[in-house]
Amino acid sequence: MSSSMLFNATMVIYMVSTCIFFAFLASRSKAVGLAGTYAALVGFLIQTAAIGLRWKESYDMGHGHAPLSNLFESVVFFAWTIVMIFLIIDFKYKYRAIGFFVMPFALFGMAWAQLSLDSNIEPLVPALQSNWLTYHVVTCFLGYAAFAVACGISIMYLIRESMEKGGGNVQAGGLLSMFPSIRILDDLNYKAIMIGFPLLSLGIITGAAWANYAWGTYWSWDPKETWSLIVWFVYAAFLHARITRGWVGRRAAILSVIGFAATIFCYLGVNLFLSGLHSYGK
Amino acid sequence: MTTTNKRGFAQEVWDFFCSLKLSIFLLIGLALVSIIGTVIQQGPQREYLATLSETKIRLYSALGFFDMYHSWWFILLLYLLTLNLICCSIKRLPRVWKVVSEPVLVMDDSFEKSLANVKDLKLKGSKEELKERMASFLRSEFAAPVITESNGEYHLFAQKSPWCRLGVYVVHLSIIVIFIGALIGSFFGYKAYTNIPEGGGVSQVQTQSGKMIPLGFEVRCEKFSVAYYDTGAPKEFKSILTVLENGQPVPGFQSRPIIVNDPLTYKGITFYQSSFGQADEGSLYHITVRDRKGGAPVKLNARQGERVALPGGAFLSVMEATMDVRPFMRGFDGPGAQVEFTPAGGNPQPFVILSDKYESFNAQHGGDLLITFDGMDQKFYTGLQVAHDPGVWVVWFGCFLMVVGICMAFFMSHKRVWARVTDSGVTLGGSASKNPAGFEICFDDLVEKIGKA
Repeated sequence: MSSSMLFNATMVIYMVSTCIFFAFLASRSKAVGLAGTYAALVGFLIQTAAIGLRWKESYDMGHGHAPLSNLFESVVFFAWTIVMIFLIIDFKYKYRAIGFFVMPFALFGMAWAQLSLDSNIEPLVPALQSNWLTYHVVTCFLGYAAFAVACGISIMYLIRESMEKGGGNVQAGGLLSMFPSIRILDDLNYKAIMIGFPLLSLGIITGAAWANYAWGTYWSWDPKETWSLIVWFVYAAFLHARITRGWVGRRAAILSVIGFAATIFCYLGVNLFLSGLHSYGK
Repeated sequence: MTTTNKRGFAQEVWDFFCSLKLSIFLLIGLALVSIIGTVIQQGPQREYLATLSETKIRLYSALGFFDMYHSWWFILLLYLLTLNLICCSIKRLPRVWKVVSEPVLVMDDSFEKSLANVKDLKLKGSKEELKERMASFLRSEFAAPVITESNGEYHLFAQKSPWCRLGVYVVHLSIIVIFIGALIGSFFGYKAYTNIPEGGGVSQVQTQSGKMIPLGFEVRCEKFSVAYYDTGAPKEFKSILTVLENGQPVPGFQSRPIIVNDPLTYKGITFYQSSFGQADEGSLYHITVRDRKGGAPVKLNARQGERVALPGGAFLSVMEATMDVRPFMRGFDGPGAQVEFTPAGGNPQPFVILSDKYESFNAQHGGDLLITFDGMDQKFYTGLQVAHDPGVWVVWFGCFLMVVGICMAFFMSHKRVWARVTDSGVTLGGSASKNPAGFEICFDDLVEKIGKA
């Protein structure tokens, strides 16, 4: 048994979970919705074991570091955090339809990592040999994951709102009938961002602390740093929009989607298009 | 007439800086303009500038795009944001402070109507008995109450974590503290860089702007080493540093290893392992010279460029050398040196010498002498980032405040419970600053427990 096999199993189960959630929207059966959640939970547990096993494998190879050091490992960890935040919100509020809009993010991450990223376990280069690596990566990705969930919820909000405006009879049936009401979606969006914002703030602070410890500068306007600040600005604007008349609902949902787009650019775009300190060992 | 206009104008300016719309505008604006500096190279290299047209360079310089995050307009936006959050806080804080410091102790009819959670309970007993019962109940199940007597009724008031309402202002304050820390760093600190060859030392460093700063002590690099993994990726960059005061090593700062992620701090100045390279100056080259007619070989040491006297009146100097000639000479390996040989009374001749493995190659030059290159003691220099930032602890304090403030603002709720006690029973009212659904469960739970008590 290798971690790679378990990651493949995880990917398949996330795909199954996504399909079940779609079946839930179509069938409107509570049992199907619950099955989708349990599938996601099983996938999450297998992925947890896989990450643990990969960690052990790195020790067996004599490198011995947490599996958070290159693009493959970060994408896998991102998928894991997305499912974790989704499961927390799912078990607390039980709006199963959200699964169809969130699990695809995790599925896409796993598929990309497994199919096209280099999954070799490499030893850490000197710059990454620090305990700060774990604190920094864990806080950042938990934050990113909460934003991913908020983005899924906001997309639901925008779909449901435009359908309602278009005069579609939501109560009568169709896929929308399993969506929570827009008031609840708005609230859930806010709750997910309330999880993400403190974690992003901590992620930026731990990154600054690490940079100061390793290089003597806590802030150097490196593209990655700047983009994380851009993401922080967008969600700070979102939080202030919540208490401003005329900015609740639709505009808040759009800000949340923009915020997640900025998050993804901060995570991947900066490495693909710009140069800087975070090269994922490439 | 004019005075009202003036007041009206001042009021308008005040309202403008207090408005949340300005906050949203500034936050989104800062997010948008920050993108520019990630797309255009900051402190641009010559190669990058060569890819831009003349007009673009002139435009970007005029707008400050090459050092965008320190341009006047970006700093102005940051100041506006600071002013905005100070004004917002000044406007709203007194009201919030009043809720915290002067709580409503008596729940009258109109106040009762404004509460989301209210419950009438018919309980037996005199109002004195009920008052005592409720007081001990609230103390054990919720929080210690304040008791007020009014119009022949007893009013009990109890609250939990009222100060969490201040969380937002703690976050606002934290941002100001971080800015202050950054300003202290920029006025009283510096970032510098220095290269020290192995065996060498420095007592001053050069800042990014080119200014030389005396350290007040000397830092010597005893040794530098690089270790690699089997894959060829670097594993460790290590400098051994010694701090000297008046030429004497400082106890505890003698031969201290520093690596990436583990710097050395002395008297508030920190040295970070940053880069390295091969130091030409200081490398020691080993040469063997033998007379072709016979005789014992002579071993010589030379430094770079040094003219060394050879037996028989000739001179030799090593121009450059390598421990591995493979990249430069096809079909050869081992150490090699580019030398300049001056025979007695003759003109200088440049040529290459290799190890004793290539005797026939070495025999092509040198007249009566057979010269071989034995290798060299390679010398590195270590590149150190040097930083002195007295504001950094202020920044960390600000970050700590921010985390505390965010947790107060997001995860804690100011919960209040009122109880009006009369002879016919108790009316319980409650409210919370956040999460009304969660508080409803907590309130219903309290009501149920009173019934059982």
